[in-house]
Amino acid sequence: MSETIGFTIDGRPVRARPGQTILEAADAAGIYIPRLCAHRELHPFGACRVCTVKVNGRPQAACTMPAAEGMVVESNTPELTEHRRRLIEMLFVEGNHYCMFCEKSGNCELQALAYRFGITAPRYPYLFPNRDVDASHPDVLLDRNRCVLCARCVRASQQLDGKNVFQFVGRGANKTLWVNAERELADTNLDVRDRAVDVCPVGCILRKRQGYTIPIGRRRYDHEPIGSDIERAGAARGA
Amino acid sequence: MSSKPRIATCSLAGCFGCHMSILDIDERILQLIELVDFDKSPIDDLKHFTGRCAIGLVEGGCCNEENVHVLQEFRRHCDILVSVGECAICGGIPAMRNNIPLKECMDEAYRNGPTVYNPSGVLPNDTALPLVLDRVYPCHEVVKIDYHIQGCPPPADAIWQTLVALLNNRPVELPYEVLKYD
Repeated sequence: MSETIGFTIDGRPVRARPGQTILEAADAAGIYIPRLCAHRELHPFGACRVCTVKVNGRPQAACTMPAAEGMVVESNTPELTEHRRRLIEMLFVEGNHYCMFCEKSGNCELQALAYRFGITAPRYPYLFPNRDVDASHPDVLLDRNRCVLCARCVRASQQLDGKNVFQFVGRGANKTLWVNAERELADTNLDVRDRAVDVCPVGCILRKRQGYTIPIGRRRYDHEPIGSDIERAGAARGA
Repeated sequence: MSSKPRIATCSLAGCFGCHMSILDIDERILQLIELVDFDKSPIDDLKHFTGRCAIGLVEGGCCNEENVHVLQEFRRHCDILVSVGECAICGGIPAMRNNIPLKECMDEAYRNGPTVYNPSGVLPNDTALPLVLDRVYPCHEVVKIDYHIQGCPPPADAIWQTLVALLNNRPVELPYEVLKYD
């Protein structure tokens, strides 16, 4: 199994280990493919489709698609960038994302993707849905207004914490993040130190009493677009 | 009348923070008045349009019928209409009432709120008062908006660079650090 797989992303040759996904191989090669639900420590899920690339001309989620010999992958094309922009815009209008007072602002991956794509306003009408806030837990806030249904918390609770705190209920437009308990978050065995709390890309799951600790100008995405770390590592290796 | 392009500004359902940010361009405001004349705007307190404007800057979304009328008037008088700030773009803080029925909002504000004294229980109903809309609307859901300057408030640099680009017929391309939603 020491064989490596050779394929190309936007014409650049990339090597992957057998079993690696396109996204993992791209990261290792210093090529950033935008993503929201994918997380290094979690099994791929394919929820958000932001990482959609074209594999031999066919759209595929880069986070779930294993790399294969001779694949021709397109990622940074005007068509796919437009597709990703529209996905981000749809996520903004289908939730209640008030960046101006959100504790996650500046460190939020959804916001950072919008910055990276230079989105100044969504082209879709705002839906202003009714979503529940669950503040029952003494140390953790669950604000479903900001949920993007990425399932990171669902996966992290199962795969990293050995628990099963979060699950989805409902289907389609009614799909909602719910807690695995009789009533609310306080009834679960969630601990504030659980990885499920950390992995939320947006401000849906927050530690209480930690808000606005990092001043504006020093937050994660204040100066550099999301994905810069991956691209910089690639440039340093001369990729 | 001078031949300089004219700029109009207004604050709809906003907090005037975006206008504060316009003033926050500091001494560049001297350059700005070399470049443009202000028309209808709280900055010069002109209440009515005096002519055709090159650029209209709109702060705030639409929460009542007067906001809609002012916005439509701006659209009629301005070549380029710009939404400035989160409230104009997404409704902002006022839009937080969009999840609550209007009747409940009015009752809380004028009847049941903990600091309300209103023994007759009458809701404000004078004909001089603009009717409140069913919900708060972003400006681009009411009229066509040409550009959006994000931020709460937008950084002075975002406003300045957008104005300079538009006045010089250049594309509006803000640097990464100037596009902020908060």
